[in-house]
Amino acid sequence: MFSRILIANRGEIALRIIRACRELGVKTVAVYSKADAKSLHTRLADEAICIGNAMPADSYLNIPAIISAAEITDVEAIHPGYGFLAEDAHFAEICESCRIKFIGPSPESMKLMSNKMAAKDTMKKAGIPVIPGSENIIRSKEEALKESNRIGYPVIIKASAGGGGKGMRVCHNDVSLVNALLTAQSEAEAAFGNSEVYMEKYIASPRHIEFQIIADEKGNVAHLGERDCTIQRRHQKLIEEAPSAVLSDEMRKKMGDMAVAGAKAAKYQGAGTVEFLVSGGEFYFMEMNTRIQVEHPVTELVTGIDLIKEQIRVASGEKLSFHQKDVKITGCAIECRINAEDPEHDFRPCPGKISAINIPGGPGIRVDTHVYAGYTIPPYYDSMIAKLIAYGPDRKQAIATMQRALAEFLIEPIKTTVDFHKKILNDSDFRKADFSTHFIEKFFTQMDDK
Amino acid sequence: MNIKKIRELVEIMNDNDLAEVEIEREGVKIKLAKRAHGVIEHALAGHEYGKKETISSESAPKAAEKKGKEIKAPMVGTFYRAPSPEIDPYVEVGNVIQKGDVLCIVEAMKVMNEVKAELGGRITKICVENGEPVEFEQVMFLVEPV
Repeated sequence: MFSRILIANRGEIALRIIRACRELGVKTVAVYSKADAKSLHTRLADEAICIGNAMPADSYLNIPAIISAAEITDVEAIHPGYGFLAEDAHFAEICESCRIKFIGPSPESMKLMSNKMAAKDTMKKAGIPVIPGSENIIRSKEEALKESNRIGYPVIIKASAGGGGKGMRVCHNDVSLVNALLTAQSEAEAAFGNSEVYMEKYIASPRHIEFQIIADEKGNVAHLGERDCTIQRRHQKLIEEAPSAVLSDEMRKKMGDMAVAGAKAAKYQGAGTVEFLVSGGEFYFMEMNTRIQVEHPVTELVTGIDLIKEQIRVASGEKLSFHQKDVKITGCAIECRINAEDPEHDFRPCPGKISAINIPGGPGIRVDTHVYAGYTIPPYYDSMIAKLIAYGPDRKQAIATMQRALAEFLIEPIKTTVDFHKKILNDSDFRKADFSTHFIEKFFTQMDDK
Repeated sequence: MNIKKIRELVEIMNDNDLAEVEIEREGVKIKLAKRAHGVIEHALAGHEYGKKETISSESAPKAAEKKGKEIKAPMVGTFYRAPSPEIDPYVEVGNVIQKGDVLCIVEAMKVMNEVKAELGGRITKICVENGEPVEFEQVMFLVEPV
């Protein structure tokens, strides 16, 4: 086991990692930007080093500063959390060359999975269903027309180096295809510096279901069930739940086995997530995330397995602490991401000082947060200030617990998405688990109609 | 002393913004004291969780100790007073420096970064020991204008 780890992150995930390290007897080093001098993670770590100015490029994305901090504190490993450098293969390589263990997969696995086409290819070869699409990059309008007629409309044109909804265009016929191709290419160039695009069948009204996997360095890989992350706004997740209300046990087993096969094909080590789109009883590989994710708590609550501790253990060379057959999914967990945003003004971020806060408690409630009364939310980073997770013996009770907790959650004076979540939890389609990725869009239209 | 009198006293206190009043009369002594109410910042804001090793014990110099301008570390790394152990330090206390003079090295990831003075003056204090780590904007030198 490591004796000292540096956490290259901030906010709630830095706290989460520090807590796991405390319980494992591992000493912690926190790094922080000038804007985070009063942040909770700097207080709870054994040591804290200021590494730069507020802007992420000067601090949390500043590789020399982070490595330098790691060297002067003599850590054995770095945990990158999520976001920032968590999926930066270059950073993982530098850690390797400095003989600091990067808690995550190898740079090769990261590079393979970040190239969307190569990832699809790897999974296809492993026998995993992928979304029907072009075998190669589309380079001309003739190719585009040929492929679209082969695949069958509707199709979506996507950036190969992309993500987050950029460089994507849906088309329903030959007429709109050429224009879609050209605009997708130029958007991809602008956003990712790479105009390469490919084409896929467009899956209408899908559900986004992802499987948590974890692999040690001795060849053992297991999955810990799925999370349903269909409730999204502009490709940003708002609510996640485990298990998914729509998967049969049969499908769960099939998809879980596929997720493990995919991880093995990618020679994966550490914690990762295999994402699928599910529609009409079919499932298709979408992409793999090579990091621990924001929504990991829902999996922890239904399986009883501490994912961060497991990540640290396998990175230090230990075997997985459980076998696949030991993994049991019990009950239902739902997570609401609480952001400092104003839903009535297009979710614009609302940084500022929190003068009063009442964090929900009681049975079945877990809150992962770094904020406290008197804390000033800095404007430089993402707006998520807390994760509110409710657990119950079934989905209905988890929803009731979540609603009870949302009513207790008071944060003043900044605007947050707490009330917005209350409305979603009250929605009849949500409660029936009858939704697709278009839920939020529809939800807003309904709200406007009222 | 009855309730009416006590109420009157409280009124007098409020009207005159008094925090404490003590009266002795006819063998009876009474003291009234107000506790301050204010916004109570969460205890965490100032709480230290157990022993904490901070790299820079000098990172918040008290106003009384501050003499002159601070020269701060531009990055995290290890502070060296000279480019190598056999060479004399770039500067000593008492030296007069010009803007642009090299004052020290901050080594990060095996790269020896020269730190140059952004202002001129006389060095009154060297705040870090040779070979010690420094964090971003940790005070390394105090410089008095000449």
